[in-house]
Amino acid sequence: MSSRAPVADWASDFDHRDSDWVEDPFSIWNELRQKCPIAHTDRFSGVYFPSRYDDIRAIAYDPEHFSSRRLFVREGRPPLLKAPPITSDPPVHRDERKMLLPPFTPAAVQKLEPRARDICRELLERLSGRSECDGAIDYAQEIPARLTAHMLGISEESGDQFRKWIHEFFELSITDPGIAVRVVAELSDFFRQEIAKRRAAPGDDLVSYLINARIGERALEEDEITGILRLLLFAGIDTTWSAIGSALWHLANHADDRRWLAAEPQLIPTAVEEFLRAYAPVTMGREIVKEADINGCHFKEGEMVMLAFGAANRDPAAFPDADRVIIDRAENRHAAFGLGIHRCIGSTLARMEMRVALEEWLGKFPDFTLTPGAVVKWSMGTVRGPRQLPITFGPK
Amino acid sequence: MNTHQHKSATVFSLRMRVDRTLCQGHARCVVLAPELFEADEFGGGREIGDGGVPSDLENKAWLAKANCPEFAVDVVRVDETV
Repeated sequence: MSSRAPVADWASDFDHRDSDWVEDPFSIWNELRQKCPIAHTDRFSGVYFPSRYDDIRAIAYDPEHFSSRRLFVREGRPPLLKAPPITSDPPVHRDERKMLLPPFTPAAVQKLEPRARDICRELLERLSGRSECDGAIDYAQEIPARLTAHMLGISEESGDQFRKWIHEFFELSITDPGIAVRVVAELSDFFRQEIAKRRAAPGDDLVSYLINARIGERALEEDEITGILRLLLFAGIDTTWSAIGSALWHLANHADDRRWLAAEPQLIPTAVEEFLRAYAPVTMGREIVKEADINGCHFKEGEMVMLAFGAANRDPAAFPDADRVIIDRAENRHAAFGLGIHRCIGSTLARMEMRVALEEWLGKFPDFTLTPGAVVKWSMGTVRGPRQLPITFGPK
Repeated sequence: MNTHQHKSATVFSLRMRVDRTLCQGHARCVVLAPELFEADEFGGGREIGDGGVPSDLENKAWLAKANCPEFAVDVVRVDETV
């Protein structure tokens, strides 16, 4: 890890693992947008990085040249892992996605809201009487971990194990792809046991849903079910945890916005959209399967593209005052959940979790700040959020 | 059901339309203007009834359009009796 060469130039040698990128990607993206809107690096066997909204959009809409079969930028090109529908391309993508949509509709998500609210209240109750906490560890990460376990019909205590796998898969495996292979094997074993339990005793949960689901006419194979469950676990926890954490980080840093939201909680849904725009946690990869030309840039077959939806969301050509967080921004067609056929299937769920998390937190702790002198640590990799967020309660 | 069909004399100046080939189910329209849009069984958005916008909901109609990430919501000005 420490042997990596320092970045010589962001436009031609970027490295998303660089500490400057981890700390403040926004100024790097702004610089690129003006100087070289599609950057490239020879690292990770070749990766392109578009920084403008229009280019990110064009690539997201072009699965013919930019395949989803490989989503993560890592050293080398480890074997492909199927987790439909996120790793699928047309034409099979359509039916696979359709199979997975019903549990994530607005009506289905509404049914989960009471459990989400209870989880938030339980977590906040544990913080009662304390003067400090870690907003990322004690609160943000617990919410999606527990709710996802609840949705899968798995003990919510499994959250700890989930988080270990997620950290290994998203952060540690960038430089050691062997870790990803091991995590996937462990997860598959874990889920195979859950599938066997649910075949014997079905319940009202996602594992049982997938056992009974059909793609077109056919039932899913066990490997497909474990792949989808792995996807739901990875996609639903790290991302939402990051989004809630970033929102708390913003509010801890901006007393005016914090007081405004605490006084007018009906504004929280609008603010959630702005936090999603400004701190969009997700960067997705695409593998170039057919050479292409976009905005004067030639994309070589076999290399990867990183789609940082947060960079699209900070493009002043698409969003006025793009670098300002305006929590009552009324017009906000941000791309935090992706664009086109791979729109995040859990977007309605994530929005509900963010809204409920902020409603409950601000209801209980309207006054809080970053703990003076303490260090905020941001994640490294393609899901961005605070992993350490020391917060002090009380008026200031 | 036809619960959202308006009386034949109603005059709308706006009409909404979701382009279902563009909609990816972000459900922004459904959340921002539940009087005008609904989600289908797969979460895709569609206009309720014939898409006519009562005058007191025009603001919400524009809001729904302005927040669709896929540019799938269209608002057209009409001046017709339906």
